[in-house]
Amino acid sequence: MVQVLSPVPGTFYTQASPEEPVYKAAGDAVSVGDTVGLIEVMKMFIEVKAEVAGAFTEYLVESGGAVTAGQPLAEMEA
Amino acid sequence: MGIHTIQAHSEADADMLAVRLADEAVCIGPAQAALSYLNVEGIVAASKAACADAVHPGYGFLAENAGFVRALDAAGITFVGPSADTIDAMGDKVSARQAAQAAGVPVVPGSKGRLDTVDDAVGVAAEIGYPVMIKAAAGGGGKGIRIAGTEAELRKMAPQAQAEAKASFGDGGLYLERAIQSPRHIEVQIMGDGTDAVHYFERECSLQRRRQKVWEEAGADCLDAATRAHLCDTAVALAKAVNYVGAGTLEYLYDSTTSEFYFIEMNTRIQVEHPVTEMLTGTDLVQEMIHVAGGGNLRQRQSDIIRSGHAIEVRLNAEDPFLQFMPCPGQITGLRVPEGEGIRFDHFLYEGYQIPPFYDSLLGKLIVHGRDRQAAIDLLITALKGLEIEGIKTTKPLHLALAQDAGVRKDDFHTQWLEPWLASGNLKPTPEITGGTS
Repeated sequence: MVQVLSPVPGTFYTQASPEEPVYKAAGDAVSVGDTVGLIEVMKMFIEVKAEVAGAFTEYLVESGGAVTAGQPLAEMEA
Repeated sequence: MGIHTIQAHSEADADMLAVRLADEAVCIGPAQAALSYLNVEGIVAASKAACADAVHPGYGFLAENAGFVRALDAAGITFVGPSADTIDAMGDKVSARQAAQAAGVPVVPGSKGRLDTVDDAVGVAAEIGYPVMIKAAAGGGGKGIRIAGTEAELRKMAPQAQAEAKASFGDGGLYLERAIQSPRHIEVQIMGDGTDAVHYFERECSLQRRRQKVWEEAGADCLDAATRAHLCDTAVALAKAVNYVGAGTLEYLYDSTTSEFYFIEMNTRIQVEHPVTEMLTGTDLVQEMIHVAGGGNLRQRQSDIIRSGHAIEVRLNAEDPFLQFMPCPGQITGLRVPEGEGIRFDHFLYEGYQIPPFYDSLLGKLIVHGRDRQAAIDLLITALKGLEIEGIKTTKPLHLALAQDAGVRKDDFHTQWLEPWLASGNLKPTPEITGGTS
């Protein structure tokens, strides 16, 4: 089990915009560099990318939730 | 002014300095701005509950939102700023341009009205000449602007701009104007009381990154006296024509090769960089806007407003200038503020303060005033060296580098200058000089 951590504090989103699908759903394959989430920090949007490959399990934070730096955002099977 | 102050704040801002300084504070909702600072009903309800007579909107959030002003009007609360109708008229680029033209203010050649189809845009562009700037008719803040050099580019960019305008403002209407090459951004500060209006001279705000100002001056040394007088007079003419109440800024593009200026838009609020104008003219602009909001007449005639010396403001942002200006919220572990004649630091920091990640990265504004531009730049260097914000990265190194740059010191720049300067590696990480004598 691998956790994807937030690089910065801010507001976490599981999709690029409310109309878009979530970046990853349970069972999805994840490659290194895939975007798995979006953090809004000080009006700037930063994509959170996977650093290892694997299979996506679940998001640990609700979309729109506040997160701190280093907080686990999602889990996957490496 | 002897006014009882009530600070509205989100849950994330409960510890901010303004809350501590205010006579009273009211929490208006959670950290997300949409649920607190942008929540019209919530703020009006909180204002009523606190028995507020008036609301000062600051800058950003609802400062230029006519719906907010109407909601306050309905609740019998004064908005410190112009009327909802004025905000509507001047906030829309197309109607602002029409008002400017009617008042005899020069405007950039552009579309007569809003454009709803790509073919309409192409037709207008052929008349006004390429390159053209594509904007959202309902937009603001300089975001989402595109420049098309050819018809092919326009045909590609216009649909993107329409989609973005629809998504951002709920209105896909576009507006087109000639792109002036390498212009300066010069703006005029005005104040009106509904019948009369005065100006507080101009500001030079060409040093921008991603269309956000980073360094502002009052006045603009590039203008000769006749051009300055003409520019400021046009701003007053427009303010009077719309019976403007409160503080406002008219933004212009200035073509230094032809000495021509063109009105681009008006901001119907106090601006971030208003302190440079206060330093130049010795007037407290926020106090004046509160005075006229209370029904008072302007307290200064134009002949009473004198410009003296030169002022510069730099924006200290919580961003790492050596890492693509990555936002850098965090805790302030140490703070040293420079003091002295001609130095002012407007900020909301204190040691131990946790900068929330939810809002703008602006931490503070360092303002200096000197007898002339060179003296102001030299004082800026001294003041920057005396400013220490510890615990987070800030844009201080950028400002120190700019203040020592030959082009900046010669006043030789324009709105397209800073980004190439950064891209060329002019900002180098240098070890902070500490412990030295100066």
